[in-house]
Amino acid sequence: MATFFGEVVVAPSRAGVDDEESAEEAREETPEDREIRRELEKKREIDVLWTLKSGASTESSADEPFVCSRFIVAIGHNAAAFLSSFILDSVSWEVVGVVKLWNEWCRTSNTTNVLPTDSFCLFYRLISDPTVLLCQCSCYVAEDQQFQWLEKVFGCMRKEGLQVTILSTCPVADYKTQESTLTLPSPFLKALKTKEFKEQVCCPLLEQPNIVRDLPAA
Amino acid sequence: LLQPAVSVGNVGQLATDLVISTLNMTKVGYFYTDCLVPMVGNNPYATAEENSMELSINAEVYSLPSKRLVVLQIRSPFIKNKYRPFCQTLLSWVKSSKCARVVLLSSSHAYQRDDEQLLGTPLRYLLTPDLQKAVGGLMQELNWKEMEKVAAYPGINDTEKVLHIPGGGITKLLFTESCSKGIQMAVLLKFCSEGDNIPDAFALVNYLNEWLQLIRSEVNTSSQWKIPSSWRLLFGNGLPPALF
Repeated sequence: MATFFGEVVVAPSRAGVDDEESAEEAREETPEDREIRRELEKKREIDVLWTLKSGASTESSADEPFVCSRFIVAIGHNAAAFLSSFILDSVSWEVVGVVKLWNEWCRTSNTTNVLPTDSFCLFYRLISDPTVLLCQCSCYVAEDQQFQWLEKVFGCMRKEGLQVTILSTCPVADYKTQESTLTLPSPFLKALKTKEFKEQVCCPLLEQPNIVRDLPAA
Repeated sequence: LLQPAVSVGNVGQLATDLVISTLNMTKVGYFYTDCLVPMVGNNPYATAEENSMELSINAEVYSLPSKRLVVLQIRSPFIKNKYRPFCQTLLSWVKSSKCARVVLLSSSHAYQRDDEQLLGTPLRYLLTPDLQKAVGGLMQELNWKEMEKVAAYPGINDTEKVLHIPGGGITKLLFTESCSKGIQMAVLLKFCSEGDNIPDAFALVNYLNEWLQLIRSEVNTSSQWKIPSSWRLLFGNGLPPALF
């Protein structure tokens, strides 16, 4: 397409499938291509490691799904910092798991003693009530990893009687409203809830046409 | 089954929104898929406080039994390398659910048209061979234009022609797969560019209506379609008063 200045550029289309990409796919995949693709997929795989009471780490698949009554997930630096500042402390909470992942934007740290500036994804359990689980996820989980994260994390827990709360943040500039966002008193809270959530929500619901995407949406 | 392809201007999706909204269709299910970018929001077809609190996600199915119509709405783009598995899964669902026909709403880059295509109607159709037998005659009566094929090697060899739908997303893949699987599929598409695609959506949905007669077509058909509440603020928020 031609821009105002007369230069011809390839416009990114909302179609989501570039013609070059589809042409590439049409080529027969050689064994080398397959191998490369497999290696890339393995690199992008997510590992969820749980620490048992004895202190030994095991793969999540070996465990029986554990009972969980409340699962609070904080996604993003702000939400994770909120939990660190107001909820978490070393007396009432213990680390019970970690997610290891890599993508072009971040790699999670290997230790469980993390700094606020690190990228990490840790699970904590309330010592006084071990069915209450908390997750702090300050690393970016890429589009193709979100479903995997979801399946692997939730695959470890029993879903009956489970209440999930997801904390996240979005830039105010992304909020769609009749007035300008400059005049909005920020920060402000909005919520989305499923039909099954019967309790009182502490803030107004998110109005159309606003949406939530990525990991919180998944 | 009526569904959009995620394509240039999102015209197919907008047209599908109009169908669901106007016919007041009921949501009957959704696709739990890892092929689309996740998203969630409140009911995009809300008309009042009472029905505005239902969650809505990226791939949902609506139905209208009185017209034996099922609609799949897709609300987010495909994750890289996942559009093929999605098409396979979709077509096997079409077969296993014994769906009689599939109508795919799509669009194609307007700037890729040749000289002849620049004139006349920007709307086109395609039919798989199995559907051609059933409704080919009707298309002639409606005076519809079939999507032209283009030369496979332009400038070098003009005899070999292939189907080319630039900006159509999964349209071509779904169509060619349906041809080979014996599925009755029709593709309805409009040439357009990115921008305010609401008029394009209306044009496409009226085109669809010429065939399927979903709503009574009167002189001013644009006013018969109900715009969903989620179409508000498509082009940004209100302006800050300090600007003036």
